[in-house]
Amino acid sequence: MWFKKKRGLKPTPRREVPDGLWLKCKECGEILYRKELEKNFWVCEKCGYHFKMPAKKYIEILTDSFVEKENSIETTNPLEFKGYSEKLTADFEKTGLKEAIVVGEAKIGSHRVALGVMDFRFVGGSLGSVVGEKVKRLIKLALSKKIPLIIVGASGGARMQEGILSLMQMAKTASALAELSNAHIPYISILTNPTTAGVMASYASLGDIVMAEPKALIGFAGPRVIEQTIKQELPEGFQKSEFLLEHGLLDIVVPRHKLKTTLMKTLDFFSRCKSGCASGTKNHR
Amino acid sequence: MTRIWLEFERPIADLERKIEELQTIASDESLDVSEEIEKLKAKSAELKKQVYSNLTPWQRVQLARHLNRPYLSDYIKLMFTDFLELHGDGCFRDDPAMIAGIGKIDGKSVVLVGHEKGRKTKDKLYRNFGMAHPEGYRKALRVMKIGEKFGKPIISLIDTPGAYPGIGAEERGQAQAIAQNIKAMSTLRVPIIVIVTGEGGSGGALGIGVGDIVLVQEYAFYSVISPEGCASILWRDAKKAPDAAEALHITAQDLLKLKVIDGIIKEPEGGAHRDYEKSASILKQTILENLNHLSSIPPDALIEKRLNKFESMGIYKKT
Repeated sequence: MWFKKKRGLKPTPRREVPDGLWLKCKECGEILYRKELEKNFWVCEKCGYHFKMPAKKYIEILTDSFVEKENSIETTNPLEFKGYSEKLTADFEKTGLKEAIVVGEAKIGSHRVALGVMDFRFVGGSLGSVVGEKVKRLIKLALSKKIPLIIVGASGGARMQEGILSLMQMAKTASALAELSNAHIPYISILTNPTTAGVMASYASLGDIVMAEPKALIGFAGPRVIEQTIKQELPEGFQKSEFLLEHGLLDIVVPRHKLKTTLMKTLDFFSRCKSGCASGTKNHR
Repeated sequence: MTRIWLEFERPIADLERKIEELQTIASDESLDVSEEIEKLKAKSAELKKQVYSNLTPWQRVQLARHLNRPYLSDYIKLMFTDFLELHGDGCFRDDPAMIAGIGKIDGKSVVLVGHEKGRKTKDKLYRNFGMAHPEGYRKALRVMKIGEKFGKPIISLIDTPGAYPGIGAEERGQAQAIAQNIKAMSTLRVPIIVIVTGEGGSGGALGIGVGDIVLVQEYAFYSVISPEGCASILWRDAKKAPDAAEALHITAQDLLKLKVIDGIIKEPEGGAHRDYEKSASILKQTILENLNHLSSIPPDALIEKRLNKFESMGIYKKT
C-alpha cells in the first residue's frame, strides 16, 4: 500500500467560532472573512445565519457599560460525578469563564439594567447550582435596585452531572421571578440558539417580553429525543424561532443587529409607566 | 391482578411459591405441615428483610416503575371521599395523563392534582403512560387556582416518566407550560403538599412539584433525567442505566441528604404494590398531619417560607 493510515491522529475539535482567517457559513456554505463576520455581529452576510456568540460579545454589542457581579461563587462536584470536575476545568481553559453565565449591572443607553448572558461553550450552557444561584442573585439585584432584568439564554438544559440539584434550579429561578413579577419589575428574556429543556422550562420562557434571534432552536425536548419517541421525521423548521412565533409562543423575532435598539424601545416603554410600575429608570429624561 | 416479581425478587418468589404449594397440599390431603410452613415463612421474612433493606438504586427504580404499583386512581379511591374529577385546560383539550379534581380527605376539602399512568394496555395508551402534554399542566394549574381562590389546600401526587416529548407538545409550549406552573405554584396562597409516589421524571414532575412540603415514598425516585437517558448520553448505551441510577443520586435517601425533599414516607415491605390499603393509609396519615400543621400558617408566611425553601436549593462554594 502506498499510503498508511496515521494512527493516533485526533480529529480536530469542532469549534463554534473557528479561529481561522476564513470560515464557512453553516447554513449556506458561503466562505466568510472572519474580520468581516465579527464586524457583522457574527451573522452571515449572505443568508443571515446567526453564529453562536460568546457571552462577552453579547455584552459588548448590547450594553454601553457593564460591571460583572457574583463571580465569586464556584461550582463544586456535589455528586462526585465521574468526569465532571475535569469537564469544568477543560471548559474553563477553553473559554476563560468560570460558569455558563455572566451576570452584572449594565447600562443600555440611559437605562440601568440587571443583565445576565449565558454562554453555550461552557458545559453546553447547562443549568447547574451556580448558574441557578447567579440567576437568582441577579433577579434579587433587579428587585433591590428596582431595575429591569434582561437575560440572554443559550442552553441545552439542566446539568445532568448535578442531578436533582440541577432540576431544582428551575424552581429556584422561577420562584425568584415570581417575586420580581409581584414587584412589577419588567423582565425581558432573549433566546438565542439554542435555548432548550430545563432553562426554557424555567426562567427563559418567563419574561414579560420574550424575544428570540432568528432560526434559534427553542423548545422543551431535543429534536432527536422527539424523533426517537414518535418515530417519524420532524417537520421543516420545527422548534425554530419562526415556528414558535407562528405558534404564538414568542413575542418577537429580532435579528442580532437590531437587538440593542429593540431592547431600548422596550426599556423606554417600561420606564414611561406611571409609578407603581417601577423600572428604576426615573432619571430617564 | 397478576403478581409480578422482579429479577432480584426471584429467591423470595420461589420461597413464597413453595409455601403456597405446601398449603395447598396440606389442605387437600389434610396433612399437618404447619411446622414446615412456619419455618419457611420465617425464612421468607428473613430473606425479604435482607433483600429490601439492601436495594441498589436501580432496583429501587424498578420498584418505582412496578407495573402493579398503586397509581393515582387507586389512591383516590382509597384516600378521598366525594372526589369530583374536573376536566380540561379550558383552552385546548382534556389531558388524561393528568388528573385534577376536588374532594375530601378525612372530611377536609382539598384540591388534588397528579399524573395517571393507566393500568391495562388500553388504559396506558389512553393515559399516555402518565406523560402529560402542556394542556395537562395547564389543567392542573387551572384547578389549583380554584383551590387558591377558595382557600382549599392542594395535594399533588407525582408519578411520571417525564413530560411528553412530541410535536404537539412543542407546538403548544411544553416548556412554557411547565415554567408557568413552577412560577405560579411558588406563590399560590394555600398550603401545597407534594408527594412523589413513583417516578419523579424531571421537568414533567416539577411541573406540579413546587410546594410547602415535598415528600417521597420509600421506593420512589426523583431525577433530572431518566437513568436510561443519562446512560445513553454519557456512555452511548442505555443498558448502563443501573450505573447512571447510582451516579445521579435519585433515591429517597439521596434526595433527603441533598436537601431537596422534606421527608420519606414508609411503604409496606417490598413496596407499595404489596399492600394498597396499607400504603394508602400511611400516605393519608402523612397528608393529614402535614395539612394540620400547614393550615395554621398565615398565607404570607407560608409563601415566604416556600420561596426561601426553593431559593436556597443547590450546592456551591463561596470564594
